[in-house]
Amino acid sequence: MKVMPKQIVIDPVTRIEGHGRITIQLGDDGVVQDAHFHVTQLRGFEKFCEGRPFEEMPSLMARICGICPVSHLIAAAKACDALLAVRIPPTAIQLRRIINMAQIVQSHALSFFHLSSPDLLLGMDFDPVQRNIFGVLQRYPDLARDGIRLRRFGQQIIEWLGGKRIHPSWVVPGGVNEPLTEQRRNQILATIPEALEIIVRTLDWFRTAMGIFQEEIATFANFPTLYMGLVNEDGEPDYYDGRLRVVDSAGNVINDGIEAAEYHDYIGEYVEPHSFLKSPFYIPLGYPEGIYRVGPLARLNVADRLNEPKAYEEWSAFRELGRRAVQSSFYYHYARLIEILFCIERLRTRLSRPDILNKHVRAYAEPNSFEGVGMSEAPRGMLLHHYKIDEQGLVTWANLIIATGHNNLAMNRGVLQAAKHFVKGNKIEEPMLNRVEAVIRCYDPCLSCSTHAIGKMPLHVQLVSADGGILDEIKRG
Amino acid sequence: MTTQTSIRVKTLVIDGRDVSAREDQTVLQVAREHNIFIPSLCYLEGLHPVGACRLCMIEVKGIPKLQPACVTRIKEGMEVVTRSERIDKYRKMVVELLFAERNHICAVCVSNGRCDLQNMAKALDIDHVGVPYQYPRLNVDATHVRFMADHNRCILCTRCVRVCDEIEGAHTWDIMARGRDSRVITDLNQPWGESESCTSCGKCVHVCPTGALFEKGKSVAEMVKRRQFLPYLTTMRESW
Repeated sequence: MKVMPKQIVIDPVTRIEGHGRITIQLGDDGVVQDAHFHVTQLRGFEKFCEGRPFEEMPSLMARICGICPVSHLIAAAKACDALLAVRIPPTAIQLRRIINMAQIVQSHALSFFHLSSPDLLLGMDFDPVQRNIFGVLQRYPDLARDGIRLRRFGQQIIEWLGGKRIHPSWVVPGGVNEPLTEQRRNQILATIPEALEIIVRTLDWFRTAMGIFQEEIATFANFPTLYMGLVNEDGEPDYYDGRLRVVDSAGNVINDGIEAAEYHDYIGEYVEPHSFLKSPFYIPLGYPEGIYRVGPLARLNVADRLNEPKAYEEWSAFRELGRRAVQSSFYYHYARLIEILFCIERLRTRLSRPDILNKHVRAYAEPNSFEGVGMSEAPRGMLLHHYKIDEQGLVTWANLIIATGHNNLAMNRGVLQAAKHFVKGNKIEEPMLNRVEAVIRCYDPCLSCSTHAIGKMPLHVQLVSADGGILDEIKRG
Repeated sequence: MTTQTSIRVKTLVIDGRDVSAREDQTVLQVAREHNIFIPSLCYLEGLHPVGACRLCMIEVKGIPKLQPACVTRIKEGMEVVTRSERIDKYRKMVVELLFAERNHICAVCVSNGRCDLQNMAKALDIDHVGVPYQYPRLNVDATHVRFMADHNRCILCTRCVRVCDEIEGAHTWDIMARGRDSRVITDLNQPWGESESCTSCGKCVHVCPTGALFEKGKSVAEMVKRRQFLPYLTTMRESW
């Protein structure tokens, strides 16, 4: 009798931001043939902003996400700066950099400690009922507390600068709407030593823990791709400004100095029928060869140096992991921790300069350009907001390319690689599925952002035959 | 013989309190003089009351229907109740209907945190809207060089219409159509920027209770409405 091909569906993928599904296609022999990561929700921010005054865009677009609203604020405000066609005051740029770094620290802390540490600390095979932040709190209370404290550090800075932790409206077209007071500056500086201690302690532990995960490192989206990230004139990762650099898997710079306004010459968006999330690719190499990755791993791969003492040391060790570019997506976790360290050190450097208290923090102008692009680095990678307006300043068109979107092709390929390695036979084993999910978690995808969707449900996995019959089924949560 | 008309003082009861006031005053004015809270959105000291928003409804003994306090003159021996289960329910419903009628998205509004409608919802403990939202497709008029009109946020209180007519004397603003199709318009429904009568004085912007009329260039929560000019101008004109 002919055995029908089977499909395993992981729906939804848990411990990520948003709602996605994985399907794994099995062949007659029970061997994985294909796998896809589907993003199943749609929100349509690009459409409903049409007709709105452009000054509203930073706050409107920040609503895409409750985890990284600051990233959208920054990219949107930069696109609006381009519409005003003004040079914003240097202190405003520094203040925007500070809030953006605080956001990267808090978001990375959330990803590492709250979402991924259960896999890393308790193990991929641990009882799924307790494989969460509460399980970590029970068995490793110090580390869990560190994670919570570190996230709070970033969130507190955002609140002190922007007035509230989620969706502050402090970043506006032309700059920011309040200067930094000396009292606030000192408050922030006083919290830095503890944050530094936490991240140094966490890195010490993670370096030794990586030894346990050799199989995952080898199979978690460990393949050559391009990497993209913003770098400044010194070749450091630049989270706020900078120009786009592309390196290949051998670590060679294949393109450098790309300006925000030129993005559409280099980044194309392919639409796959199986997902609401578009698949961006690097145009000069075409689809799908132009697969690239963004985010912490990519940023540390494209950088020439990190000019902060502790972060430089750690980054140098990271670069030793691969002879050229570091390929395994498992190292996203490591890169995330290094970035937290870098951001904390850089926060201290920037806040220690006296000009950060300068009162001139906003430029005023009417729109002088009908089209503007804002490009910055969000925690999960490069973020692009592109707006067009009419003569009156009302938005006529918008295009957003979100960090998670850039990684879509790589996530799909990563899921296939892990599924081929870990999924065997037609019986669902929870730990193997968790490993497939964990590949996705490496990228810390924010599906809410990338499709501009939100949702959370218990995990439901079905093993389905081609005629629709359910062969096996497990439910989680 | 004197031409001066004599205005008499009358006494009435508001929420059980004996109060006295000039006979040409309204219940709303008297209540406010005695720090008795009666909510309102269309009423603004210095403009003629129109009784449009129906938030200041009160119970008057002997009259079965609720009465708008802003246009109800006081009478000798009148007994007024400003709070009751019936009134509270009515007021909440009025504000919920205002929210449901257009697209009030506080989070991205220039008047967020300084909006009369938002403050009213807070004062009346409104935490949800019990009627379906209408989601009308309404435009933003950004043709004026300094100001914008976002019809999504208009509650048709007509403060702009009255201040433009009564104080500025231009009568640029008016209302067109009826019911849910009503809109505030400039001149004969021309774009604001093309209005012949508008003097660009900005009074309409500052009396507007929501973010419907605002200054260009203002970002979210940045629009501060300054209304001190209104009692000042009114007093100066009366003393002429």
